[in-house]
Amino acid sequence: MKQHAIVIIGGGPAGLAAAISAAEQGEKDILILERDRELGGILNQCIHNGFGLHTFQEELTGPEYAARYIEKVERMGIPYLTDTMVLDLSSEKVVTAVSPTEGIFQIQAQAVILAMGCRERPRGALNLPGYRPAGIYTAGTAQRLVNVEGRMPGREVVILGSGDIGLIMARRMTLEGAKVKVVAELMPYSGGLKRNIVQCLEDFGIPLKLSHTVVAIHGKERLTGVTLAQVDHDGRPVPRTEEEYSCDTLLLSVGLIPENELSKNAGVALSSATSGPVVDESFQTSVNGIFACGNVLHVHDLVDFVSEEAANAGRRAAEYVRETSGESSEKRMKCGESRKDLPESQAACEEWTAKMPEKEVSGILDILPGDGVRYTVPSVLHLAQMGETLKIRFRVRKEYKNSCVTVHAGDRQLFRRRKQIFVPGEMEEAVIRREDLNAALPADTITIRIEEV
Amino acid sequence: MYDVIIIGAGVCGCAVARELSRFQGKICVLERQEDVCCGTSKANSGIVHAGFDAVPGSMKAKMNLEGNLRMKELTEELDVLFEQNGSLVVCTEEEQRQGLEDLLERGRENGVQGLRILEREELRKMEPNLSERVAAALYAPTGGIVCPFGLTIALAENACRNGVEFRFNTEVQKIEKTGQGYRLETSKGVFETRTVVNAAGVYADLFHNMASGTKIHITPRKGEYQLLDRTAGKHVHCTVFALPGKYGKGVLVSPTVHGNLLLGPTAVDIEDREGTDTTREGLETVAAKSAETVKDLPYRQVITSFAGLRAHEDGDDFLLGEPEDAEGFFDCAGIESPGLTSAPAIGIYLAERIASRLGLDKNLEFEPRRKGILNPSDLDLEQRKELIRKEPAYGRILCRCEGISEGEILDAIRRPLGARSLDGIKRRTRAGMGRCQAGFCSPKVMELLVRECGTDWTELTKSGGDSWLISGRNKEGIQR
Repeated sequence: MKQHAIVIIGGGPAGLAAAISAAEQGEKDILILERDRELGGILNQCIHNGFGLHTFQEELTGPEYAARYIEKVERMGIPYLTDTMVLDLSSEKVVTAVSPTEGIFQIQAQAVILAMGCRERPRGALNLPGYRPAGIYTAGTAQRLVNVEGRMPGREVVILGSGDIGLIMARRMTLEGAKVKVVAELMPYSGGLKRNIVQCLEDFGIPLKLSHTVVAIHGKERLTGVTLAQVDHDGRPVPRTEEEYSCDTLLLSVGLIPENELSKNAGVALSSATSGPVVDESFQTSVNGIFACGNVLHVHDLVDFVSEEAANAGRRAAEYVRETSGESSEKRMKCGESRKDLPESQAACEEWTAKMPEKEVSGILDILPGDGVRYTVPSVLHLAQMGETLKIRFRVRKEYKNSCVTVHAGDRQLFRRRKQIFVPGEMEEAVIRREDLNAALPADTITIRIEEV
Repeated sequence: MYDVIIIGAGVCGCAVARELSRFQGKICVLERQEDVCCGTSKANSGIVHAGFDAVPGSMKAKMNLEGNLRMKELTEELDVLFEQNGSLVVCTEEEQRQGLEDLLERGRENGVQGLRILEREELRKMEPNLSERVAAALYAPTGGIVCPFGLTIALAENACRNGVEFRFNTEVQKIEKTGQGYRLETSKGVFETRTVVNAAGVYADLFHNMASGTKIHITPRKGEYQLLDRTAGKHVHCTVFALPGKYGKGVLVSPTVHGNLLLGPTAVDIEDREGTDTTREGLETVAAKSAETVKDLPYRQVITSFAGLRAHEDGDDFLLGEPEDAEGFFDCAGIESPGLTSAPAIGIYLAERIASRLGLDKNLEFEPRRKGILNPSDLDLEQRKELIRKEPAYGRILCRCEGISEGEILDAIRRPLGARSLDGIKRRTRAGMGRCQAGFCSPKVMELLVRECGTDWTELTKSGGDSWLISGRNKEGIQR
């Protein structure tokens, strides 16, 4: 069996940034496995601009953004295989993959970085009643057809769901000659970024109907129309609010689901809130040496944040490899029974034992979503491995106006920021400082909540 | 002049075709859709019934039992997935116990082997996810599951291999008796034949009534289903039925041969013979009824819903054979549950009668075996390596959810009666049948179809007819 220090599953933005960062740490034995024909992942079909504002302070298209990372990977000589699908990942970090040129092969990895991205929620998951004609596409599938294949999935379009891909596709379909009649959103707020609502809908005069959904699908062979209706607070259609739209295409932008089938095979614990792995401050999952970043971990709105997060994961994976190399697992086990109970590496373990005051029995804090917060990433903090600061990303449960996000450890406030509006469609972050946290110890939990003021 | 024309390429039409191909004759299957298995046969429970609920002495009872007994050998010959996972009919209240006893009695009368009633304790061990309310169950070890597409396609391919002709997109419009047999007017011209097999599903009454003065009447009985992801496939091991009611066997919970979990069907009589739309009420009923027999069903794992139509004849039994006033016109009508189970037996039953009526000789070159599409994940690592070395397309995974390679899809397109649409490929390979429901693989499969069949993108369809997928190129039709 082949062996590699770090195997990265997925060559999209997360995998690329993780690889570069691990290589920058000095790790030479890296392999990226990408299922598509080229590196770059979904960015390759995102030909609109708006990428890279945070990372490069300029507006790039998806392929341009990807190219910056791909060129770097090439320049640094990081090995990768495209057209290669990972079929299985075991808890011992044995990766089984297949490709037309390499055949089927296995790799024993020292560390694995999960960067498989996400998939779109299909119609079936919505229990949308009606016929099953052609012409119902997820927005991302339509995006691939239009932007990569140059083919139009239809001419008269209704979009259900106001996720970012749906909004982007409303504009794209219009630019390519289709008529986009309406975007319906089940929730009373949009699932996409404000800037996309302005630039993709308002600028093109496309109406957005909040608290609306599709209640009937018409057409047996090809879609001929849909019926929209208003929904009440529980998402149930309100009688006599039905409106019919004739259309040949329905695009769905109703949510993204992290693709964690491989993670499950490896025994990685998943969060029911994110559908992604539960990770600590090092982006390490519940399985030793398996890290996760990007949309497989939690769905992001901006690729810039994916790159940032993935770079951290890559760095931590490289550290992990360095710290575990040459050590017997037996020695590592002295620290405790399972990963839940101990800091990750031998070095960190000793450091933790030496430095931690006795009262901090575990040295591990749970990061909890409090009022108004749906989830946090990370959700576990090993004090011994915390840097100067820790960035916690989260999403709110619903829209909050004029509110504050606060972070507390015990009674002590570590962070507070006021914002005019919080929406579930935009990922938020809070940064806590080690110094402030130290002052709050002992504590078992860190809680993030939204406080209405 | 054909010896036999079979109307309908569903599971029964294809079973009759396959069994008739054991004889020498000019045989043709006419199908109005673009592929086999596009009607009732594509949307059903995929259950191989043990045979305890049909009325003793009925054709349903006879064909069910025989079909069940033949299924293992047939699916081995045709390389089709079949599993004898056993069935449970559960009662949730003590008062229903008599119902179980009645079924047991009826099953024994029908000749079903191994039936017994299990009590709560034993059931708990066998199926820990049965509802707490389940008091007892009838266990039928001979109950099983089969892939309905797999079986129909395999029967058709084998029939084709043995000389049966298949014509798709050919809708029969009129049937007339002639001196030597029948004259069929279709959307693709006129066909003359000595005998007809009427396996037209929910349309079989229309054709019967054209040929015979003894009228029959078929009601499309809609059944709605929900299919759950393979992550839920092990929630139950047996097929779990509620006690049957007036409208059939009720909502069942069953694993499928591909490891998904299937819930359904409802049973609602409708008028529209094309009414395969799902309804809000129907899907809610499926969820509510399935929860009565099985607990903790992970409804969040639903990946698709669909509806099928059973061809329910007023007489409540299969109509197999010639009406008295229509010699050479063989009905295969009123085929509702347990139709899929019965298909192998129906095929033999009708083929023998037709062959003897026409005096057909044995086809000495008949090849009973058919090889299905190679599934690389059935191979061990070394064999798979070797396969990919020879055929690199088996190393390129196009459908990530089900792990289907380009090699399998190419096979589905290139083999006899090959797939020409996305649904055709889906039914043959499962590409697009997984949790993303073809989101990722459909553009790639379209590309392959264009390449392999030499069609234009705009000619691609989801399932033939007017189910086009692509309207044209970008920016076409924009006024500049």
